[in-house]
Amino acid sequence: MSTTPTREVARRVLASEFNDASYTFKESDDERAPVYLLLPTGAAANRVFVVGTLTETEDVGSDSEYWRGRVVDPTGTFFVYAGQYQPEAAGVLRELEPPAYVAVTGKPRTYETDDGTVNVSIRPEAITVVDEAVRDRWVVEAAERTLDRLATFDDETNEYARMAREQYDPDPATYRQVVITALEDVEDAEAVAPVE
Amino acid sequence: MSELRTQAEEVREQFSEHLELDVDDVERRLRTLVEDYKVPLDEARRSVVNHYLDEAGIGRESLASGANDAVALADIDAPDRWVDVTAKVVELWEPRSDSIDQVGLLGDASGTLKFTKWAKSDLPTLDEGGVYRLGNVVTDEYEGRFSVKLNRTTTIEALDEDLEVGDNEVDVEGALVDIQSGSGLIKRCPMEDCTRVLQNGRCAEHGEVEGEFDLRIKGVLDDGLEVYEVLFDKAGTESLTGITIEEAKEMAMDALDTTVVADEMRDLVLGRYYRVSGPTFNRYVLADDVEEITAAPDPAAVLIKARSM
Repeated sequence: MSTTPTREVARRVLASEFNDASYTFKESDDERAPVYLLLPTGAAANRVFVVGTLTETEDVGSDSEYWRGRVVDPTGTFFVYAGQYQPEAAGVLRELEPPAYVAVTGKPRTYETDDGTVNVSIRPEAITVVDEAVRDRWVVEAAERTLDRLATFDDETNEYARMAREQYDPDPATYRQVVITALEDVEDAEAVAPVE
Repeated sequence: MSELRTQAEEVREQFSEHLELDVDDVERRLRTLVEDYKVPLDEARRSVVNHYLDEAGIGRESLASGANDAVALADIDAPDRWVDVTAKVVELWEPRSDSIDQVGLLGDASGTLKFTKWAKSDLPTLDEGGVYRLGNVVTDEYEGRFSVKLNRTTTIEALDEDLEVGDNEVDVEGALVDIQSGSGLIKRCPMEDCTRVLQNGRCAEHGEVEGEFDLRIKGVLDDGLEVYEVLFDKAGTESLTGITIEEAKEMAMDALDTTVVADEMRDLVLGRYYRVSGPTFNRYVLADDVEEITAAPDPAAVLIKARSM
């Protein structure tokens, strides 16, 4: 394989699955090696691209600004945190008036709470306002990518699926249902959309 | 004929002096690897060939010239592979070192690729415009770019034919997830044949110069599976963002800062879906044509798939 550091792909994952993830790992001992979040359907995510409705923003910082945004898709909520090291993204969360459709590219981050549960969130690289068509396209795309992962989940050569089984013991049927929920949401919205 | 079938027939041909292979059997082996186990075709063929080598009890060198995979230039995507190519010498460049006898660009229908011929390999000279069958060249990679190297064992056969050279045209789509630094309103060196982008008013070659404004975007399209680095020139940037170079200059003038242009462009295009087509150059797709994807997606088709799983 190529030894050149290549840009990590932005995985498409629905909120419900994203929030079920908690296990992170590296593929080499190098201190600067990329960190991956293991998705329950068997994929490694160093970066994600999500689109949803920004429903709330709040400055949860104590000394300096630290903005939290809730970005909702048909299956759940992504938590997005931006502070002084993500000035552009923090600026967007400060200025935006929810609700608004937003596209977020960013890195998954995990955080263990005092009671031992692991919370997963996104540290944004970019947040932009988009329209409903982009949001619908993303939901369908994320659903399709999830199905792709489910389709190869039982392949013997699927190393990440093996890891997912060890770490999460997921029921693939759950995520198939998540996909159906997401798609029905888009389909229903289209069914009631006014005819132009 | 399917690609698998073609490859299977080539494998049978390779072994014709050693084994009576059933082409269906070869194809089935290839298909299992490629379709069930997602092995790249060239790797699958290598593995299948190894299987038959074992069966025949012979070494790889016993196979005739077909022992390497004959590959299209655009399919070369890994270093240190021994391959055969049939290609035209599109350009010869000036070697920068005495250790290099010839260096330049090879082309075939699939695209173009750099080649290097070492002085110590003592090989016949290639002519610009000539078409050759090059046996046993080795692939190499540098910073994500591939090339082939001719070596002592390479066979060169001049062919009396012309070859149509493709331009590596690709068609990609995805969400625009990043606009990299060096995008927006930039200044280029005005010296003849120098188009370097100025850094703080300085050209790396010509020093302090009065730059000429230009627009460009180095963007990243991402479809969730692959990443494509896309270069938009002035026309491409104007078409992508709807901001003309005149408007960009005005924005920069008002703000007394050129970076406002890239910021505005980020707001306009990041997170949206685009389809881009154009030739590839090194690791970039040069956007000749760009179009925002606005058509409503079809959840019904994916729903059917989901419910039938």
